[in-house]
Amino acid sequence: MARVFIPPLLREHTDGATEVSVAGKSLRQVVAAIEERFPNLRGHLRDGDRLIPGLAASIDGVMTTQGLLASVGPDSEVHFLPAIGGG
Amino acid sequence: MAVSPESKATSQSNGAAPFKVIGTRPIRHDGADKVTGRALYTNDVHLPSMVHGQILRSPIAHGRIKSIDTSAAENLPGVYAVVTSADFPDPENKTAQLGEGAVNLAHLSANVMARDKVLYKGHAVAAVAASSLDIAEEALRLIKVDYEPLPSVTWVLDAMADGAPLLHDDLFTDREGKKSEKPTNICQYIRFEQGDVEKGFAEADVVIEREFKTATVHQGYIEPHVSIALWNTDGHLKVWTATQGSFTCRQQTAELLQIPISSVTVVPCEIGGGFGGKISVYLEPVAALLSRKCGRPVKIVMTRADCFEGTGPTPGTFIRVKLGAKRDGKMTAAQAWMAYEAGAYPTGIIGPGCMCVFSCYDLPNALVEGFDVVENKPKSAAYRAPGATQAAFACESVVYEMAETLGIDPIEFRLINAAREGTRRVDGPVYPRVGLIETLEAARDSQHWGSKLEGPNRGRGVASGFWFNIGLKSSVTANVNPDGTVTLLEGSTDIGGTRTSIAMQLAETLGITAEAVLPQVVDTDSVGYTDVTGGSRVTFATGLAAYRVGLDLRQQMCDRAARLWDCDVDQVEYSDGAFVHGEQRISFKDLAGKLSELGDPVVGRATVSPEGSTNSFGTHIVDVEVDPETGKVTILRYTVVQDAGRAIHPSYFEGQMQGGAVQGIGWTLNEEYVFDKENRMSNASYLDYRMPTALDLPMIETIIVEVPNPDHPYGVRGVGEVPIVPPPGAIAAAIYHAVGVRADTLPISPPRLWAAIEAHRRETNGAS
Repeated sequence: MARVFIPPLLREHTDGATEVSVAGKSLRQVVAAIEERFPNLRGHLRDGDRLIPGLAASIDGVMTTQGLLASVGPDSEVHFLPAIGGG
Repeated sequence: MAVSPESKATSQSNGAAPFKVIGTRPIRHDGADKVTGRALYTNDVHLPSMVHGQILRSPIAHGRIKSIDTSAAENLPGVYAVVTSADFPDPENKTAQLGEGAVNLAHLSANVMARDKVLYKGHAVAAVAASSLDIAEEALRLIKVDYEPLPSVTWVLDAMADGAPLLHDDLFTDREGKKSEKPTNICQYIRFEQGDVEKGFAEADVVIEREFKTATVHQGYIEPHVSIALWNTDGHLKVWTATQGSFTCRQQTAELLQIPISSVTVVPCEIGGGFGGKISVYLEPVAALLSRKCGRPVKIVMTRADCFEGTGPTPGTFIRVKLGAKRDGKMTAAQAWMAYEAGAYPTGIIGPGCMCVFSCYDLPNALVEGFDVVENKPKSAAYRAPGATQAAFACESVVYEMAETLGIDPIEFRLINAAREGTRRVDGPVYPRVGLIETLEAARDSQHWGSKLEGPNRGRGVASGFWFNIGLKSSVTANVNPDGTVTLLEGSTDIGGTRTSIAMQLAETLGITAEAVLPQVVDTDSVGYTDVTGGSRVTFATGLAAYRVGLDLRQQMCDRAARLWDCDVDQVEYSDGAFVHGEQRISFKDLAGKLSELGDPVVGRATVSPEGSTNSFGTHIVDVEVDPETGKVTILRYTVVQDAGRAIHPSYFEGQMQGGAVQGIGWTLNEEYVFDKENRMSNASYLDYRMPTALDLPMIETIIVEVPNPDHPYGVRGVGEVPIVPPPGAIAAAIYHAVGVRADTLPISPPRLWAAIEAHRRETNGAS
């Protein structure tokens, strides 16, 4: 089960849960699983087949460039963070 | 430890380096062109029948455009075309993914050419193409714009206040997808939590809380923005431009003009600096529309004032930092409240600011809140580690004060609390192997830190900094030539010597010399998709592509050697730049000479999208002398210590460290946008916007630390951005050490510091 950290501003939609464990081999499956458990999260993490603009995902400490298609391992740690640019 | 006397550079490596090319200092491939003036920058490009474009900019900070009358300009002899926002397609309120980030196309379009409102002085409102610059300028004077002036605001806290002038009627605060009920200037709120911050502060023996302000500053690239567009009669648009990312430039231009991306070719010319400021488009769509109207190529060259007033500087900020620590030096809690200026449209630089503010430390309890705020300044843009320098100034200043309060050496205090492998950042992710501790140890053991600093009004400071460094996408193509050289085609525009650092990684992989690789930066039709030169990613990611294309070429060359020797390919080995089968051996160069007889040409390609950050840290030491009668600060000595992972070309790495430190020194001591009472920038020239020059600085000393990145075959980490992060914190600490004044506002310019010294003197005299 992947360990998904809920951003502080979204915890009102997860009954205060700071993290949840869900099954999923891709980020898409993981997001679908937590949306199913917490329906009020819908629209806060993804817009259709994409993460919402400005949002990025870190999987096992790595900011993925694959969006919802990123692979998630059974023991992965998932964070949702602001997208990073650079100069 | 090797010492290069010319730059007082030293290096130390934590990993074996069995390389022949990597770590050497070959002459850059573009060196002859650069030093002889033959390198082609955009302004060097002259096309047949080309005409000159100029842009009319808003004279006021905020106003509604009631009407624009261009008839007189259009009737002026020599004028070929005039465009306003009416010539742009209706902007789509959608977000375009640009690889490195996302941009709202309606905001981007309105920033390129104002629609119903101007939001800052310098906002483009119309453009002209004419046979000469003089005629174009005359035509601009004939354009009549009727403005309804509106109240304006240019300080982040004022823009956040109730009753502040609103820039956008349709902007609502975004809290992770939840929008505010009323329009506001606060476009984003971010919050990170770790542990229990209240409990952490309760456990602390010492708690320090301070507030900081930083000014709006510009990247200050030498080459102004220049673009040429030719909209051909076949509908194809070709753009020559100074850009950090030819592919994202192509995408932005196509999206704003609503034309197929395949109908746009972007030719990246040589670029005279960018530092994040040449990622967003400003001129390209305008030149394109002018070209379409007049049927000629159109060149637009910004003035220096245009660059200051019409492109993106970095945000001014207000930051409050609170730290708690035990008497043994272990920090128990940290809290930050951060408000960043976005300029006229949302930018999101607050995100990395919040992620970086405590990124150097292993903290059990922390809370970070951040706000992205629009106001009447140019739309902010990335600038070398965007958001991190402001955050580090605040955090490192309090860290220095905490160490002093506890009576602990500031480097030892940092070592006690330093982030390391396994540390969970406040925003969540856990660090893999990182090199902060090694940079701190190298700083502690340096000759600089161990030297005595004597004399009145002199002080020494130290600070650390972090930047993620990113991967994104890169593509390369490589052709083996009959003379044994390899032509390497890449899409990464070369700002910091990356042609050579990438070529060296291919040379290392092939066992040939760096000079035998011939790197070429090519246009968007000539190589695979490549993301921007930014985020300290090119030597890391495009270098990884070069490594992989090297493996591809090696395999193909093994196949040709097998044909030559009539053996199976798996019986051919590649060793030390040569192909070997039993007693038979042929060098790469000799085999290349036989390729025409051995089958198909050898052409390799590689595409990569490495994920993750390369996590680079640096620690800076500075000695200053303050003139208490004027407030002028002189940098006496400056040392940069930074983890490169692996320094591919040490000279270029040293150059990045030195350049970044100098820009950070500029932020700290002099640079700022100054606004008049009408909120118009009043110092938009290098005479009045004071950047450091060689006369202001000592030679910046460098110490290279190498803690190899486990996620790169040669251990490369990004290096370009970290060195701008520590200077403000280090210099502020040195100033305090020198004259007892804690500087909380950037820049620490002579009048500001003199006033603080005088106030401190009065306070001290009053107390005694």
